[in-house]
Amino acid sequence: MSIRLTNIAKTFGRTTALEPLDLNIADGELVGLLGPSGSGKTTLLRIIAGLEQPDRSRTGSIHFGERDVTNVHVRDRRIGFVFQHYALFRHMSVFDNVAFGLTALPRRSRPSTGEIRTRVNRLLEMVRLEEFANRYPAQLSGGQQQRVSLARALALKPDVLLLDEPFGALDAKVRQELRRWLRHLHDELGFTSVFVTHDQEEALELSDRVVVMSNGRIEQIDEPDTLYRHPANRFVFEFLGDVNRLEGNVQDGELTCGDARLSVDLPDGHQELLMRPHELKLLEAQSPHSRLPVTVTSASPIGAEVRVELIADWLPEPWQATVRHADFERLHIKRGQRLFVEPRRWHRFGNAETHDQEVEILS
Amino acid sequence: MQRIGDAPRTRRLLIGLAVALSALFLLLPLIAIFAQAFTEGIDVFWNNLSDEYTLAAIGLTLLVTALTIPVNLVFGVFLAWLVTRFEFPGRRLLQTLIDIPFAVSPVVAGLIYLLLYGSSGWVGSWLDGYDIQLMFAWPGIVLVTIFVTCPFVARELIPLMQAQGSREEEAAVTLGASGWTIFRRVTLPNIKWALLYGVILTNARAVGEFGAVSVVSGSIRGETNTLPLHVELLYQDYNTVGAFTAAALLALIALFTLAAKAGLEWRATRREQFR
Repeated sequence: MSIRLTNIAKTFGRTTALEPLDLNIADGELVGLLGPSGSGKTTLLRIIAGLEQPDRSRTGSIHFGERDVTNVHVRDRRIGFVFQHYALFRHMSVFDNVAFGLTALPRRSRPSTGEIRTRVNRLLEMVRLEEFANRYPAQLSGGQQQRVSLARALALKPDVLLLDEPFGALDAKVRQELRRWLRHLHDELGFTSVFVTHDQEEALELSDRVVVMSNGRIEQIDEPDTLYRHPANRFVFEFLGDVNRLEGNVQDGELTCGDARLSVDLPDGHQELLMRPHELKLLEAQSPHSRLPVTVTSASPIGAEVRVELIADWLPEPWQATVRHADFERLHIKRGQRLFVEPRRWHRFGNAETHDQEVEILS
Repeated sequence: MQRIGDAPRTRRLLIGLAVALSALFLLLPLIAIFAQAFTEGIDVFWNNLSDEYTLAAIGLTLLVTALTIPVNLVFGVFLAWLVTRFEFPGRRLLQTLIDIPFAVSPVVAGLIYLLLYGSSGWVGSWLDGYDIQLMFAWPGIVLVTIFVTCPFVARELIPLMQAQGSREEEAAVTLGASGWTIFRRVTLPNIKWALLYGVILTNARAVGEFGAVSVVSGSIRGETNTLPLHVELLYQDYNTVGAFTAAALLALIALFTLAAKAGLEWRATRREQFR
């Protein structure tokens, strides 16, 4: 079922949690709401759920498919909601937790006890917790509790599944596993899902589209790939990954900053360039395009790459570069070594323009 | 390694002191009550107990308690729910107001009620026009008892409900549960032990309340005399044994209450360990 928000805003007293915004989510889509804390992403999710009311002063509306749910109470919206800290009923067994939605139905639409039993057992099978049916939430691990919470939310076959930082409280490995599992479940059952996260990796990995938010505004809505390659503005660029900053004065096509210089095709004046760690190349000698001398302060192998930290007296804060293991070995990178950096490409965000200027340097 | 207070001599001294003080101030008076009640034998005790006025006092005390508990149960749950689940202007003020009956001396509470509801009071004179008399009658006693005991349930529930938060209730509402279902199946099971604890405290206080009740009751024997008032009345009549018989009865109720409270606490800790 598609979700359509029109002109939705929210203020708490004097603080603006959400500025008026529109958002369309297609049927069967898996959308991540990504942003730092206080960006309004959870408020937006809770408004979709009906746990929070949008400002009445605006004529905003929320549609699920063709159904206008703006004034529909949360209990009648037919959503599944997964809470950050699971919010399982602590005095009920796993079975009763999952069965709650079914047993709370009014008598005339409630399935028979036998049918409830079958359905709950099928759900528990789906989340691989059949053997835990009689346990209490406190006797389960975080990952298991979150799976119970998912099964509970899916028991009423909702058209829309909303998840508030579903994996936030879990450790990295369980998180990975649950992410993959949720993606699989989503593809299999075909509901529309919206989840909130502050973890850009999670958003990029899991979502069909990501909604990047800050200060109650939507900064960009795009597919993960587009988002990463063509960030709409500086906030999105900085939020989606590590950033190295180079500030200096440009004169006659050359940017200088202390004893560093870089050939650029920019008008004269003060400029700021941004680079991702993987966009930096490390060289033993300066190139014709640039002279950016740095000193290695640390090198740590992280998975498939080596993360190198660099300092220089022309840099106000250290830079990060990621290099392949092959390059790492070839250059014999070690602490205290002096090298030269050459950016493969850089990004520039003007104050007025929203789109970044991206320059690839061929060498 | 020795921790503070671990020296054998200190420890023995402290334990000895605690035991001695408890015996002197707590246990001895309790024994004295029962000893006094039985000084002239079981027959006299029984006679005193089955005295018409004593029975009336017991009846009135039970009636007052039986009316107070449900009122404060509902009121306490309602108040705790309101204060912990909703944001509204004046919420903090309300939380402070709950404590007024604790802060005010019961005698003062009785006097306020007398001034308000007495036959020359603001509300009382109006009620008088309809021939309704609250003061110096059992409804007045019930009113002040409700006033004095009303914070117990709310005070037990508010910290617990604040700590538990409303997440489980939110989860229940997203699952389509109605307000009553949520209360019955989610809220109530989570607060039931605290609620019962609050009721026990309310019960203890309602049975034993003296100050406020003595102001509004008028102490009419057989009519508006509660058990604590009856103790005083008998004592002033130089019927020491009778007074102590009634007192023994009160002490017995108190002991039962304590046992119930200890039982609940024991259950609660056992549940914690099980989790």
